[in-house]
Amino acid sequence: MGQSNQPTGSAETSTGVNWSPYLVGIGIGVLSWIVFVVVANPIGITTSVAQIAGGVATPFVGADVVSQNAYWKTNAMKLDYGTLFLIGTFFGALASSLVGRTFKVESIPTVWSEYFGPSKTKRFIAAFIGGALAMYGARMAGGCTSGNGISQGLQLAVVGWTFLAVMFASGLITTLLMFRRPR
Amino acid sequence: MFPIKGEAALVLAVIFGFAFGWLLQRGKVTNYNTIVNQFRLKDFTVLKVMMTAIIVGGIGVLVLTNMGMAKWHIRDANMLGTIIGAAIFGVGMVLYGYCPGTGVAAIATGSVHALVGAVGMIAGAMLYAFSFEWVKANILAVWKLGKVSLPQIMGVSPLLLYAVLAVFALVLFRWVEKRHL
Repeated sequence: MGQSNQPTGSAETSTGVNWSPYLVGIGIGVLSWIVFVVVANPIGITTSVAQIAGGVATPFVGADVVSQNAYWKTNAMKLDYGTLFLIGTFFGALASSLVGRTFKVESIPTVWSEYFGPSKTKRFIAAFIGGALAMYGARMAGGCTSGNGISQGLQLAVVGWTFLAVMFASGLITTLLMFRRPR
Repeated sequence: MFPIKGEAALVLAVIFGFAFGWLLQRGKVTNYNTIVNQFRLKDFTVLKVMMTAIIVGGIGVLVLTNMGMAKWHIRDANMLGTIIGAAIFGVGMVLYGYCPGTGVAAIATGSVHALVGAVGMIAGAMLYAFSFEWVKANILAVWKLGKVSLPQIMGVSPLLLYAVLAVFALVLFRWVEKRHL
């Protein structure tokens, strides 16, 4: 397996350890069957992130403010199913990248640098704002790509498909505005 | 026997999460380029993963609920909140280059900017918590449909919708595979 010179974008990580996206989709689908039956708890990510945010906020704003907050009152930080699922997700990806030898420290991805250059500051600011918006939007919509898109989508729920349609439309428009011409 | 609750469920949570993270990483969706190139319509990995998961997962869950082995977990459709939230989410996902789940998984694969974005996610969640009362009263309360599904409001059987979805997916996948997208 020689190192191919890496064209930009998606081809660069085709190192043979990647699985077919269809196989991965089947895997997530089957995992959904299992969680629906065994724990009656569909896959989701952002609820636990929001709970953790309450814990992070505590030293800054005080325990009283957090415990009195209308949102955190019913979503307090605890080591519950969702939080442990999130921790599992982290370690699953870590194990996969270590076993597959694809672990790589990356500050600026190739597609980003083609359009926006090599500045780490610029990339980090975009990532921070993007993460904040994604989280805010996910909480308002009631879930992210996992909880809303996949778990609600697979149940043909109105909330899931509304989320999927609007999210893709918004993402496509944002991309058109953002990725105009390479440097 | 099922569903399992209590401490055993917490152990299972780690195992199921582990499987999910492993799948995301193997599917390349923990890679910034894969996600952004989906929105640039240059790489359809994200849609392939998601649509396959939805169709396979959905038909299985339909069978399991009919057998009485699983329950539906359909959430309330608060339409205004879902639409505004999803619109904000789409902007955030393109700026970040990840969604929350793939972002957390990407940190574990060495992505430093995914970690920075995760700090942003914590900040976004704080903003949400502090604006929650206003959002609840003025956005979430508008245009509430309840726990409805597409087959219900369209008056068709779920199986028919899954079939339509599967045919659509097959046509789309054939089209993108021919073009090596």
